[in-house]
Amino acid sequence: MKPSKVLIIGSGPIIIGQAAEFDYAGTQACKAMREEGVISVLVNSNPATIMTDEGIADIIYIEPLTVDSVSRIIEQERPDGLLPTLGGQTGLNLAVELADAGVLDKYNVRSLGTPIQTIRNAEDRELFKDMLLKIGEPVPESATVNTLEQAREVADRMGLPIVIRPAYTLGGTGGGIAYTRGELEQIVTAGLSASPIHQVLLEESVEGWKEIEYEVMRDGADNCITVCNMENIDPMGVHTGDSIVVAPSQTLTNKEYQMLRTASLKIIRALGVEGGCNVQFALDPRSEQYYVIEVNPRVSRSSALASKATGYPIARVAAKIAVGKRLDEIPNAVTGKTMAAFEPALDYLVVKIPRWPFDKFASGDRIIGTQMKATGEVMAIDRTFESALQKAIRSLEFGKRSLLWEDQNWEMGENINSYHLKPNDIRLWAIMAALRRGITIEQLTEHTDIDLWFLNKFQNIVNMEKQLLSESLTPELLRKAKRLGFSDEQVGTLADRLTEQVRELRHEWNIRPVYKMVDTCAAEFDAATPYFYSTYEEENEAEPLQGNRAVVIGSGPIRIGQGIEFDYCSVHSAWALQEAGFKSIMVNSNPETVSTDFDTSDRLYFEALDEESLRDILENESREDKSGGNIPSPSIVQFGGQTAINLAEPLTRSGMPLLGSSADVIDLAEDRRRFERFLNQIGVPQPPGAGVTSVDEALNIAKLIGYPVLVRPSYVLGGRAMEIVPNASELIRYMNQAIELDTKHPILIDKYLEGKEVEVDAIGDGERVLIPGIMEHIERAGVHSGDSMAVYPGVNLTEQEVETIIEYAVRIGLGLEVKGLMNIQFVIMPSDKGSSVYVLEVNPRASRTIPFISKVTGVPMVKVTTKVMLGESLKEQGYETGLWEKQDLVAIKAPVFSMSKLVGVDTYLGPEMKSTGEVMGIDYTFDAALAKALLAAGLMLPPQGAILFSIADRDKPEALPIIRRFSTAGYKLYATEGTAAMIEAAGLPVTMISKKLSEGHPNIIDIINDGTVNGVVNTITGGRVPLRDGFHIRRAVVEKRIPCFTSLDTARAAAEALVNGSQIYSIQPLPRYRAGKEKLP
Amino acid sequence: MTREAILVLEDGTTYHGHSFGAEDSIHGEVVFNTSMVGYQEMLTDPSYAGQIVVPTYPLIGNYGINKDDYESRKIQVRGFVVREECLEPNHYLSSGTLGQFLKEYNIPGIYGVDTRAITRRLRTSGVMMGIITNDKTPEQALAELKTLPRYGSEDFVRQVTTDAPYQWKPEPASPKKSKQSLCKVVALDCGLKYNILRILSRLGCEVTAVPCTTPPQDILNMKPDGIMLSPGPGDPELLDYAVETVKQLMGKKPIMGICLGSQLIARAFGAKTFKLKFGHRGGNHPVRDLDTGRVYITAQNHGYAVDPDTLKNGLEVSHINLNDDTVEGLRHRELPIFAIQYHSEASPGPWDNVYMFDKFMEMIKEAK
Repeated sequence: MKPSKVLIIGSGPIIIGQAAEFDYAGTQACKAMREEGVISVLVNSNPATIMTDEGIADIIYIEPLTVDSVSRIIEQERPDGLLPTLGGQTGLNLAVELADAGVLDKYNVRSLGTPIQTIRNAEDRELFKDMLLKIGEPVPESATVNTLEQAREVADRMGLPIVIRPAYTLGGTGGGIAYTRGELEQIVTAGLSASPIHQVLLEESVEGWKEIEYEVMRDGADNCITVCNMENIDPMGVHTGDSIVVAPSQTLTNKEYQMLRTASLKIIRALGVEGGCNVQFALDPRSEQYYVIEVNPRVSRSSALASKATGYPIARVAAKIAVGKRLDEIPNAVTGKTMAAFEPALDYLVVKIPRWPFDKFASGDRIIGTQMKATGEVMAIDRTFESALQKAIRSLEFGKRSLLWEDQNWEMGENINSYHLKPNDIRLWAIMAALRRGITIEQLTEHTDIDLWFLNKFQNIVNMEKQLLSESLTPELLRKAKRLGFSDEQVGTLADRLTEQVRELRHEWNIRPVYKMVDTCAAEFDAATPYFYSTYEEENEAEPLQGNRAVVIGSGPIRIGQGIEFDYCSVHSAWALQEAGFKSIMVNSNPETVSTDFDTSDRLYFEALDEESLRDILENESREDKSGGNIPSPSIVQFGGQTAINLAEPLTRSGMPLLGSSADVIDLAEDRRRFERFLNQIGVPQPPGAGVTSVDEALNIAKLIGYPVLVRPSYVLGGRAMEIVPNASELIRYMNQAIELDTKHPILIDKYLEGKEVEVDAIGDGERVLIPGIMEHIERAGVHSGDSMAVYPGVNLTEQEVETIIEYAVRIGLGLEVKGLMNIQFVIMPSDKGSSVYVLEVNPRASRTIPFISKVTGVPMVKVTTKVMLGESLKEQGYETGLWEKQDLVAIKAPVFSMSKLVGVDTYLGPEMKSTGEVMGIDYTFDAALAKALLAAGLMLPPQGAILFSIADRDKPEALPIIRRFSTAGYKLYATEGTAAMIEAAGLPVTMISKKLSEGHPNIIDIINDGTVNGVVNTITGGRVPLRDGFHIRRAVVEKRIPCFTSLDTARAAAEALVNGSQIYSIQPLPRYRAGKEKLP
Repeated sequence: MTREAILVLEDGTTYHGHSFGAEDSIHGEVVFNTSMVGYQEMLTDPSYAGQIVVPTYPLIGNYGINKDDYESRKIQVRGFVVREECLEPNHYLSSGTLGQFLKEYNIPGIYGVDTRAITRRLRTSGVMMGIITNDKTPEQALAELKTLPRYGSEDFVRQVTTDAPYQWKPEPASPKKSKQSLCKVVALDCGLKYNILRILSRLGCEVTAVPCTTPPQDILNMKPDGIMLSPGPGDPELLDYAVETVKQLMGKKPIMGICLGSQLIARAFGAKTFKLKFGHRGGNHPVRDLDTGRVYITAQNHGYAVDPDTLKNGLEVSHINLNDDTVEGLRHRELPIFAIQYHSEASPGPWDNVYMFDKFMEMIKEAK
């Protein structure tokens, strides 16, 4: 029975284990609903998503993903179906909670695709095991436990090592492999507290076995197909999200392939899933023995990867199945001729590599295990394994880190034990280093359990390196190297040439990539909407597009500082191009995204986002003009984050045209000296500072402007390596480190102004500057803007401050001749005569707040910008200079962190960005919007409870009023020694608790772990290296999953929300808020 | 690096690569197969007799060659064309490389060619004759190709069939011992795949394979409970002798036909067959059971198909291909006869259609 109205639950903020893949899935599902004539109601708390755009779902709610808020939506909208399988684990869990709360029954809402019972069966380890045993599928020996005692007993029986998996968690949070009793205790304890039902599974270890996944689809008529299988290069023991994965499987015989395929189909039938399902197996490399390891009865990260790897849109098909379509009734959109009832045939292979955040979190534990740590991933496609691997590495955008990279601190001796071969984020490089030094593949397979087939391929790469080092470069050798995926730069390094010389040689010898199609059918049928990948072969299938066209450069893998927001922008730019009659050409390397969906753009190149690959693509898209010259396609670099903007200069240098602001404008904004001169010229103040390239220079500048100073490298995103430095010795340490990292670009030193931070996103066309909205940060300057809560409109700004901000923004936009977007960050310093506004930063590109501002103001910023770039002025589009009409609403963006996944990382907020995602709270009043933002971000404290304070001396005076507010709200106060003394002196009741972990119990960690307190406020003493005690406190809070406030500003907001009735907020479709409260009927 | 070699198609298109396997020249009909696994089963499938096979998957030979994955006693393809030959396979069952295997059976191969370009050529122009050579110029090869016999003119069935009848010995470690009463099946070997015999044997059948030229009376004298008409190579129009045999058997014993077997049944009932433009070869073809509406993913390997408009005498279409609506299954309205154009025995390919053999068993039981 076809439903008429379906509620789709999104996955909420981006966190480790749940990233952009669910925006991709949800967007496809909404589009599928529309095609099927079903009204879609979408709820998601994440504004930086395409799925929450008007025009994707029919009715959009940007509201917290809680039972309360979704129940109210169901009550208002009365959908007859619920699609829980597209919002990741969040969606599944919420669906189960709604069922448990009786909401689904009460309003007669049917769970589509996957029955609620199936979700329980697949998620509850015991039920799942019973089901598998019933259908004769093997599972590792295991036991479910709810206490540590039980876990000890099981370990006695089964022996170590043993795998620990918590029930109902994301990305295996809280899991691990225990080799010792100590590890057992530790991991089980963490796992029990991570699991919402306090349950963990203990399981026989199959470490070292092959890990194989299948993506399966089933429709209501019981037709089943597999979309694709995948093989993890990292054998069992590493979370699949943290594994390097290849599709299809490479080392399986036909029999093994079919054996596991048949098992997958049996499982999806037994579960009764109507839609997509992911099945993970462990396969013994020395026999036919296998185990079913995990089943996800929903679309997943793996299904997004499988969709992009094959061209088969799993989420779209799953959504159609959910509303009653059969596989043989759904057309295969890529071929346009065949049906979705088939299995894709690949005539290439793909390699996926996770993107870990350890470039930002150098102190994090880099060992990879059953708990996922990657924030994103890249995929590369080619017809040799070596090349797919090397292109994937280029796609990671680790600066210049190709496979040639070696850590200078590595020992790298003759002994294999001198290489870091335990699973970690740079193991691949360690393996290459070992191979270069004569360690054999047999030794390596013994140490790593990586299949010899893969190691042989790595060896091929090393052999080619040696050839390039020792032989003279011939057309044959160069072609062979290119076939193995060596970049021009790698070839240049090895063959002692400049990168550009290698490129010239390639052209001279006519060694250019061709582009082949991903067409789902290995060329058996003609394709209507294929996408392309480069390879060094004979036949090129990508003829240059005719007519007006432009290339949109995407943003690559999701990482901290460069998230889904930029994919949002890239997608909208492609759509705006199409609307303006241009053909859009997308280039991106991230398989999780909407931008790499086959029908988002007119043409998609699935490629690394570096100079070589972009120039190759642009050359391929060049057309001859009448006089025989080449007309390359113009590129848009403003939307793909720092990845794309960094390509502005090399593309310009090689004669490739850009749309929008020129490379020179971008350089001016990044170059501290040029920028300072510019601001002086137009009379806009900025904090004193300079760009420096040496330690001496740095010390002189700092002395001149006075400490503390804010230091950061130029040309980076997300405040990478940005610090507030309090004194000279810290500055020396910082400078030495920074210079080692990058000698090309200067280090920026600014006076640190601890004022109110404000930012705007603006669009310039050279004549006008439109400012859709102003955002005021809750945290003062010094906390990275990506980690700050931001409020629209600036509710606490004076009229004069607003005017100054607009005035400066316009002056900057016109002065720079910005054509397109720019983001400006201001700091407002109070003074005797009103206040002064300083400009901190200008970035002439899309910022991460574009989707937020677009949604709350209704100004489609990317569309307007893209049209400006194509020559349609703001005026022609109906916009004037200045601030866009202020909306009668309040929207608050709050950051979300994934700290519980990253052991060893300190959680305090600072100038370096740490959050992985964001949520939005929107309502008619500040208090309600704040409550929702806190709720959605998981920072809302319960109405009654206890809170712990550990406040640095210099913050104590400022903290007191906040503490009072908590007391007023009825909170019980706990505090460490000094803080408690202050609270007591202020006449408030407080329990003192020791922060000295070595001096008896209960100490501060105890009362966090045992649940005495519901939240912690902890500020740091300044300086970069925080006290170990403080670090332990913050980690304990994170692992306990209770709010931890390291900024007094955030704590103040949380206290206000408590006092001002946090439970009263509206639940409305997004456009209704913009209509304003009084205009409501 | 081995000697340079070329693949020349009859339309003159030339692909440059290198020799592997036997260093020899060979001609045949060039066809592509979209299966991503199962090259050993492919190579030893007798239905590929007379053909040069191009797997579309670029990396071939990854898990080597093993003793369990033979579908007949030897390599049956004329030649093999791959993008990349795996020189260092790895699998616990592997006993050698693809290259060694080809060499052992004296089969020439060529690697390093753009197999996708070849596939696109065959898809647009249809399958055609081709030649692999490492000692001729493209012009010489093309001239020679014109003098060589065309695929459609040769009876490959006689080349691949067994010389004498033999009984299939069940594999010792058959996982599921069937308790079903033993029934006798005679398989007319027009290019039998071992997996048909393995599955029948697993289902409790005593299977005897007989040469394709076995007189029908000899077959009936063996007192079979059912007859299996095997898959096989080439144009069914050249096989009047086998069609005649089928005519003599139909109605007398339950018959199941697979692939070529299906075409023989069709012709025995007076229907016609025709050549497909580029055939169906792979493991992902969707087939609809017209009775139930269900769709099955099938393994396929056929270049000819039954013309549904010519079906008569009680024979009707039971299955169609979802991609191009061609006939994929037949059954008789009254007689115990059914046939499928695809490969229920898989190998290589999905195991979803093994149930077809159960249907054969049921048919036999009913007829008893």
